[in-house]
Amino acid sequence: MGAHAAHDHHDDQHDHKPTGITRWLFTTNHKDIGTMYLWFAFTMFLTGGFMALLIRAELFQPGLQFFEPSFFNQMTTVHGLVMVFGAVMPAFTGLANWLIPMMIGAPDMALPRMNNWSFWILPFAFLLLISSLFMEGGGPNFGWTFYAPLSTTYGPPSTDFFIFSVHIMGLSSIMGAINVIVTVFNLRAPGMTLMRMPLFVWTWLITAFLLIMVMPVLAGVVTMMLTDRHFGTDFFNAAGGGDPVLFQHVFWFFGHPEVYIMILPSFGIASAIIPAFARKPLFGYASMVYATSSIAFLSFVVWAHHMFTVGMPLGGELFFMYATMLIAVPTGVKIFNWVATMWQGSMTFETPMLFAIAFVILFTIGGFSGVMLAMAPVDFQYHDTYFVVAHFHYVLFPGAIFGTIAAVYYWLPKWCGNRYDEFWGKVHFWLSMIFVNLTFFPMHFSGLAGMPRRIPDYNVMFADFNMMSSIGAFGLGLTQLLFLWIVIKCIRSGPKAAAKPWEGAHGLEWTIPSPAPYHTFTTPPVITNENAHS
Amino acid sequence: MSETNTVQQRNTKLALKLAGIALGMTAFGFAMVPMYDVFCDVFGINGKSAGQAEFTAPVIDTSRTVTVEFLAAVDRGLPWDFAPVVKKLQVHPGELHHVSFTVLNHSGERVVSQAVPSLSPGMATLYFNKTECFCFNNQPLDAHASAELPMSFFVDTQLPAEVQTLTLSYTLYNITDKLHAGVAVN
Repeated sequence: MGAHAAHDHHDDQHDHKPTGITRWLFTTNHKDIGTMYLWFAFTMFLTGGFMALLIRAELFQPGLQFFEPSFFNQMTTVHGLVMVFGAVMPAFTGLANWLIPMMIGAPDMALPRMNNWSFWILPFAFLLLISSLFMEGGGPNFGWTFYAPLSTTYGPPSTDFFIFSVHIMGLSSIMGAINVIVTVFNLRAPGMTLMRMPLFVWTWLITAFLLIMVMPVLAGVVTMMLTDRHFGTDFFNAAGGGDPVLFQHVFWFFGHPEVYIMILPSFGIASAIIPAFARKPLFGYASMVYATSSIAFLSFVVWAHHMFTVGMPLGGELFFMYATMLIAVPTGVKIFNWVATMWQGSMTFETPMLFAIAFVILFTIGGFSGVMLAMAPVDFQYHDTYFVVAHFHYVLFPGAIFGTIAAVYYWLPKWCGNRYDEFWGKVHFWLSMIFVNLTFFPMHFSGLAGMPRRIPDYNVMFADFNMMSSIGAFGLGLTQLLFLWIVIKCIRSGPKAAAKPWEGAHGLEWTIPSPAPYHTFTTPPVITNENAHS
Repeated sequence: MSETNTVQQRNTKLALKLAGIALGMTAFGFAMVPMYDVFCDVFGINGKSAGQAEFTAPVIDTSRTVTVEFLAAVDRGLPWDFAPVVKKLQVHPGELHHVSFTVLNHSGERVVSQAVPSLSPGMATLYFNKTECFCFNNQPLDAHASAELPMSFFVDTQLPAEVQTLTLSYTLYNITDKLHAGVAVN
């Protein structure tokens, strides 16, 4: 169908692939690029996790133990940036690369050369960002939200490296998103209508639209910072007629859709895994599609709920409060559908299913604290406390990251042809489940009691909750090394996986052998009503 | 293989369209800057009182008294003292009042400053009219010089009844280095 199909006719051996480092440098194969994205994301996950452990070590006890406050600030900032832009987003792009072509019966992504670029500029972006930590004056220390004037007037000299690295990350995400949209629109196999697509493809399609809508705004806001810093403009400088509050509006116009960018693909993953292990079709396929679309649409009109305390007029607070609460409706539809899918199903609890169920439960807890934060009058108490930290870690760790881990366990047999060790997978799950709650649940309490975020020292009244969080964080971090070991063990050995290793699994990716051949669906499959996903 | 070309052409075409959306959203990001100012002006919501107002036929609402408080602050990097002469005034809506602020330059150099106003509650901004204000222009001050900066205002009689106190705050910024850019805010 694409250019690759034409090449394939010249290959005698179907699975022919180049070897050595050039295979990875020059590859345009969606599976190679997906693999590189996933390993990159995991490396960044461990890097950001290491920074989180430095933060938790400092917060183990009140008082300053290990670091200067300025270094602590750099750790909170770079931890956030690395996790958001380096771990979660590339992990999802990696899954998209691996899975979308196989799920819609396409031979590859639509724009393979651009695919190669969008991956290979990423390591340089993070090299720039992390190298700024070692520069004179230190790395970015203004929080991952880089509010002006902290990042403009008072930012360290290395802020320009931060700005440039954000430009590169943005470019990478936009190219990746364009690739996904073009692939989904143009390369679907005959009969794979939009409403027959697996939900992972649907949620990624919507995510890709969010990405091309908001990443340019992020690029714009860091460009404004750059010109404010060096070229005499006054976008965010009150002395010159600008306004620092404007920064927050532009940033959160990007920032709120961004939080859905980091969760929608996980919704798609849960919608694939839960039906497979409940051995029932997904409950309410169409409503899932519409709910995801409404969440994406609403994400553009709620941004100012991040800034209730800037002195907005009452009308503004009410609008953003109600609009935000409205998001709970489509989200509730999704949770309901997952539970209804499990209802009276013949459930088994393999590792992917355990992570998917934990995702549903813990994400709902994060959703509830989100509704609490959405209430403007009470947000004045919660704003910038550990309650916010607890909220967004509940939607990100058990949401985005549990989703990704579930996806890795679920599709790993397809990727490497071997089955992972189920016993150790379950150990990984239970340790993660215990430690993630031990880490983040106490933060609700310290936050409600008034502990502010982004501080290296705190009142002794918060000592017990912080000690619990720190113990949990170290357990959670070390547990992820177990995950690394399980994945490597599975790639190297393990029982051979069948083409469809999960009894209840549905979808085109299970019709090809395991491990998936280097080139798949060079002749597109035909999708009929009988073999359609839903 | 004619289909190969058409699929590739369709891919390129769609990719270019999507890149167009991305470029459009970049432009939108920058367009948020003037949009923000327009929104704030129209709804009077960020406390920046509008430009010079004309004081016409006085209709004074003596049945009502509003407290107007004055605050003065100096941004870091400006070696000045800055204070209101009168900290608090009781006014009737429609009355024209003249107040002033004192400034003193501690430094041994000529410094130019710009005052940026902020009115609270923000929604009252539309009803607070300045006929004369030092904040309309930048203020140069020679080394160790002092001055008294005038400001005249009246409160609109349409001011919503629930507003009983207005707080007007000025922050002075050092704009000596920026002056070539020719900034003037109100």
